[in-house]
Amino acid sequence: MVNLQSIPSPPVHGEERAHEADRPTSLLAAFGADQPLKLDCGIDLSPFQIAYQTYGELNADRSNAILVCHALTGDQHVANVHPMTGKSGWWETMVGPGRPLDTDKYFIICSNVIGGCMGSTGPASTNPATGKVWGLDFPIITLPDMVRAQTMLIDRLGIDTLFCVVGGSMGGMQALQWTAAYPKRVFSTLAIACSTRHSAQNIAFHELGRQAVMADPEWHHGRYFEQGTHPHRGLGVARMAAHITYLSDAALHRKFGRRMQDRDLPTFSFDADFQVESYLRYQGSSFVERFDANSYLYLTRAMDYFDIAADHDGVLAQAFRGIQTRFCVVSFTSDWLFPTAESRALVHALNASSARVSFAEIETDRGHDAFLLDVPEFFDIARAFLQSAGKARGLT
Amino acid sequence: MQQQTLPLPGVVAPDTGHYRGDHLLVAEMVERGSKVLDVGCGEGDLLQLLETRGIDGRGIELSREGVNRCVAKGLAVVQGDADTDLINYPDDAFDYVILSQTLQATRQPRVVLENLLRIGRRAIVSFPNFGFWKMRIQLLVGGHMPRTENLPATWYDTPNIHFCTIKDFVQLCDEINVKMERAVALDMYGRPLRVNLPWWFWNMFGEQGVFLLSRAEKGK
Repeated sequence: MVNLQSIPSPPVHGEERAHEADRPTSLLAAFGADQPLKLDCGIDLSPFQIAYQTYGELNADRSNAILVCHALTGDQHVANVHPMTGKSGWWETMVGPGRPLDTDKYFIICSNVIGGCMGSTGPASTNPATGKVWGLDFPIITLPDMVRAQTMLIDRLGIDTLFCVVGGSMGGMQALQWTAAYPKRVFSTLAIACSTRHSAQNIAFHELGRQAVMADPEWHHGRYFEQGTHPHRGLGVARMAAHITYLSDAALHRKFGRRMQDRDLPTFSFDADFQVESYLRYQGSSFVERFDANSYLYLTRAMDYFDIAADHDGVLAQAFRGIQTRFCVVSFTSDWLFPTAESRALVHALNASSARVSFAEIETDRGHDAFLLDVPEFFDIARAFLQSAGKARGLT
Repeated sequence: MQQQTLPLPGVVAPDTGHYRGDHLLVAEMVERGSKVLDVGCGEGDLLQLLETRGIDGRGIELSREGVNRCVAKGLAVVQGDADTDLINYPDDAFDYVILSQTLQATRQPRVVLENLLRIGRRAIVSFPNFGFWKMRIQLLVGGHMPRTENLPATWYDTPNIHFCTIKDFVQLCDEINVKMERAVALDMYGRPLRVNLPWWFWNMFGEQGVFLLSRAEKGK
């Protein structure tokens, strides 16, 4: 008989996930009925909350604040131990004392996006009107909605202008949205491995992921928490497919080749004979422990809808007309999810707007994920860009 | 078509050893407080010099290594190609557009030159003079393509595909209605040649030419 295996069931973390969604291990900004979040879909979300972390000190002028925007499956725990996984922060190589985002110089803020599942209001949160989890009753959100929520947090923190908005991938998209929508509030923008719109190929991959989640019988049309289950198989498959898009052919080959996992000969089964299979299964199963399936649907949808130029008659340069913000755009040679051509289109639009822009393409075979990894050339550029912007801002 | 003749008033650059002679000359031609695009900015030496003079400088550079070094110096530089990317800049975006030792490496020097003066109100162009006596002797006597200290590449691996002489360049400026405001020829030691010398002397003894250009008024 053929040995049939799929992603192993993770230990049940449903309660822990639910706890983080409502009462996160984080700083929390709650917005009451008097301060609704006006969503693009026309709904006022209220009440809602934003979970966030800060690092470093805000200076007396309130001029040294950097907002870090996280990517699709990231969260606010950018430079501290993650409360659920126990792993170190997702960007500790970038954020910390003496790091490019130097916590000795800058006040770093990172908030969980609206629609996320780590404490900011999203489909995994409890709907105060019903006392039940939102699930698919949660309104569809957009990237501009996420950023609008962040402006409310920044207001709450008493910060008028951010020294820099930084992000990679979906985080970079938020940084660009911030700058296009609130140019006077952003002194500089560091947009990494991102784009001003989601491509057809990327929408296609997201649709694949969503269909995988929805095809899992444990999904129960988004009301799995009432059944005490979680569509871990569907979400795991979604993560596996997405993870391939974060890497590159060369990186996969270098890391795994055709090497076998703890065996010398094929087992003539569908067991994970190859190291790359085992790796992907691990990525899938560890992801479902910390991430909510509905949240994955909402956030991928938000990325799909993103297109800055669409709000400016299809002309991207119009979105940045007369802008004073300093830009640094970074792409990676082997990133095929957000290829250099997308960054170049942004740079051309910024040139057409006479914006002050730096653009560097970093040579690496590590694919889209390179922005999260230890790439010294990228760190040098980020550090120098912030230093030169800091000089212009009067930070020492 | 206009007929322009050399010599033209030049500029005198201070001798401050640290910077390249032609960079100092270019910097002298740029008014303080202006906005400058340096096309083919290499590792950003000229941009850094300009920034010390309060000039808002931007750069385009073809090589990724060059760009990354510039950005790591905090300069606003983008990766791009003079032949294909200048088209993305709007009219009158800069006070000056600089093309330093790059014209001869472009595929369409004439189009590039026209773009420089579309994007910038003025352009500063420097290029190696192929009419320099050492070049002529190598071809005449040696019978091989010239190579010099500043242009060491062999014919088969040089990036320079459109060499010209100072005389050729002046002719092109006439043809495309570009006004030459200032001109300097540098000798093989990077020193400016005397202004009161005849143009053929420049064409023979200038190793490179540096020109400040502007748009000629229509009909002249």
